[in-house]
Amino acid sequence: MVAPLENEMIIYERPNSYLDVVTHYCPGCTHGIAHRLIAEVLQEMGLIGKTIGVASVGCSIFSYNYLGFDYAEAAHGRAPAMATGIKRVLPDRVVFTYQGDGDLASIGMGEIIHAVARGENITVIFINNTNYGMTGGQMAPTTLPGQKTTSSPAGRDVETMGFPIRVAELLSSLEGGCYIVRRSLHDPKNIRKAKQAIRLAFEAQVRGLGLSMVELLSTCPTNWGVTPVEAMKWVEDKMLPFYPLGDFKVSPELVNLKIKPS
Amino acid sequence: MPKELLEGNLAIAEAAIRSGLEAYFGYPITPQTELLEWMSKRMPELGRAFLQAESELGAINMVYGTACTGARAMTSSSSPGISLMMEGLSYIAGTEVPMVLVDIQRGGPGLGNIAPAQADYNQIVHGGGHGDYHPIVLAPSSVQEAIDLTVLAFDLAEKYRTIAIILAEGCIGQMMEPAELPEMRPPRRQQRDFVPPDWAVTGSDGRERRILTSIYLNPNIQEGVDIRLMKRWQKILANEVRYKEYYLDDAELVVVGFGTAGRIALSAVRAARAEGIRVGLFRPISVSPFPQKELAELSKRVENILVVEMNAGQMLDDVRLAAQGRSRIEFFARFGGVVPMPEEILSEIKRMISEPFDNQLDARQSWLRRLELLRASEG
Amino acid sequence: MPVKGRIEVDEIQCKACELCIDACSLKVIELAQDRFNSKGYHPAQLVADGCTGCAICALVCPEAAITVYREALREKAGEHP
Repeated sequence: MVAPLENEMIIYERPNSYLDVVTHYCPGCTHGIAHRLIAEVLQEMGLIGKTIGVASVGCSIFSYNYLGFDYAEAAHGRAPAMATGIKRVLPDRVVFTYQGDGDLASIGMGEIIHAVARGENITVIFINNTNYGMTGGQMAPTTLPGQKTTSSPAGRDVETMGFPIRVAELLSSLEGGCYIVRRSLHDPKNIRKAKQAIRLAFEAQVRGLGLSMVELLSTCPTNWGVTPVEAMKWVEDKMLPFYPLGDFKVSPELVNLKIKPS
Repeated sequence: MPKELLEGNLAIAEAAIRSGLEAYFGYPITPQTELLEWMSKRMPELGRAFLQAESELGAINMVYGTACTGARAMTSSSSPGISLMMEGLSYIAGTEVPMVLVDIQRGGPGLGNIAPAQADYNQIVHGGGHGDYHPIVLAPSSVQEAIDLTVLAFDLAEKYRTIAIILAEGCIGQMMEPAELPEMRPPRRQQRDFVPPDWAVTGSDGRERRILTSIYLNPNIQEGVDIRLMKRWQKILANEVRYKEYYLDDAELVVVGFGTAGRIALSAVRAARAEGIRVGLFRPISVSPFPQKELAELSKRVENILVVEMNAGQMLDDVRLAAQGRSRIEFFARFGGVVPMPEEILSEIKRMISEPFDNQLDARQSWLRRLELLRASEG
Repeated sequence: MPVKGRIEVDEIQCKACELCIDACSLKVIELAQDRFNSKGYHPAQLVADGCTGCAICALVCPEAAITVYREALREKAGEHP
């Protein structure tokens, strides 16, 4: 890090726990933004030494190489179960999962639903970019009707392939969730709101209120076949109408929580 | 501790609890559900973690999570549920964290039935999950042995950072016998000066952060990890073979059987001895590591080996491998949930002693033929 | 008077995704055409005066490659900050 000049102050610098390693993510991939926000929030809360992350299977499979705290790797879809096993024996630690569309909403649907139903006191960061990135852009449970992917080359046909799943809405129907929200990473204003939501989610865990989940509308420029800037626009134009932003479940204890800005 | 009349499933559960078990995650499946139910009562009583998971898939992955923190974790199931856990076992083996699994086997394949069987041997012993790894597998033949082996399983799992499995049958789980439970050992986390193992992820306060994973994209690195697993296995092979021998000194025929099959065969062997037949029993207690050296030695001095199992011949092949063609090896089994009777095994012993060896027939072929005749005579 | 700001871009981290360029309302960031990093990306850089240190570029940067500085304001008697 270049030091500030004599009469300057640092307005923003990379958080220490977002390790200074070049990531394997594509240029403009919002995984990087999500990772950075998690690092910022946990650092601001002083929780880095108490956190155990559970990595899932997808592009973010190596998230543990980029975030500087204790981490364990789960099998595809099983991160909420693994996080349960960790949190139940170490209830005073902060345990979170970081999962993509396939991991959470396809193969892992059973695990996430039951983790929420149990009110498992963990945090889930759900990256929704409407496709399976790591394996080359296949259809996901979040792929939009008509959307072309490598396993729906003619576009998602709801007649034969069914409808996308709105995960935040689905999970908000269960009692054990205390903070189930959807935010987006497609522009500065929404990134700020996403950070606030991630902060509240971890505050909910620290207060033992149940399962907190932040669904983050994210980009996949490479598999969408567009530039990073175009991809952000695609989220705004195409994803927002189908996946509305909002708070689908908020515990009363969280509603009036005032967090001092850092 | 005084002896009590204990059901196998419950005894295994309580033995685990008294070994300092910190977390149990499971799912109901006959014939081991009593184990889950006992845990659901006792673990919360003692302030330890218990959860009935959404499926066996959930259960094994919860155990995986707990195991990564260095805490003692266990799950149990029966054959169809064990199949669901294979992926989890492979991950746990690849991540090199310790855990204990209990398999109370039942008839199959598929949904099968709830009667006892031993048809999970290959799946469990030869590592049913993908990849190169070997769990330690211990096969009890009584409730007392199930208790003792459960206690041992936790110690071995931790000593070697590996998976230790209790391989039992539905009858062991369900039957009631007088047995003695060990003294209560509290979970280590509750002991003063407890320091988690140096690989455990517990929150990095005060130290370098740690990662536990089973993915090594670079094949050269993965090969190095696999070599480490294999060298560990060599140590286990050298140190953890367990078996019991009965009446072997002058035996001209040795029956080889594990678990319930071994116990039933013992009755047949004793009946045969009472009739003056020189027969003995070799009962592997660790089916993994398999007592290959001991059986190889046995095959050098004993002409006849009768393998008795409750499956279509799974341990049979491990015995044949050990014997290297030195002995006449025949096979008897009831399977699909049918339990062999001592009289059936005695009849086989007598047949082998009196009949010449027909080496045209493969052991399984000849067994199948005789089994069909036996079933026909059962009506 | 607008505050003077400055950014430093970590040229090893930058992947030339241009999100910062798109987000910057003052349009003072561009990709350097005269050099590229070992991955082949032209790193982003400040190309003109006018940066106020608003840090919106850093907010959108997935690599956290941008460090943002701002002139520290000194309060003198009688002067508005």
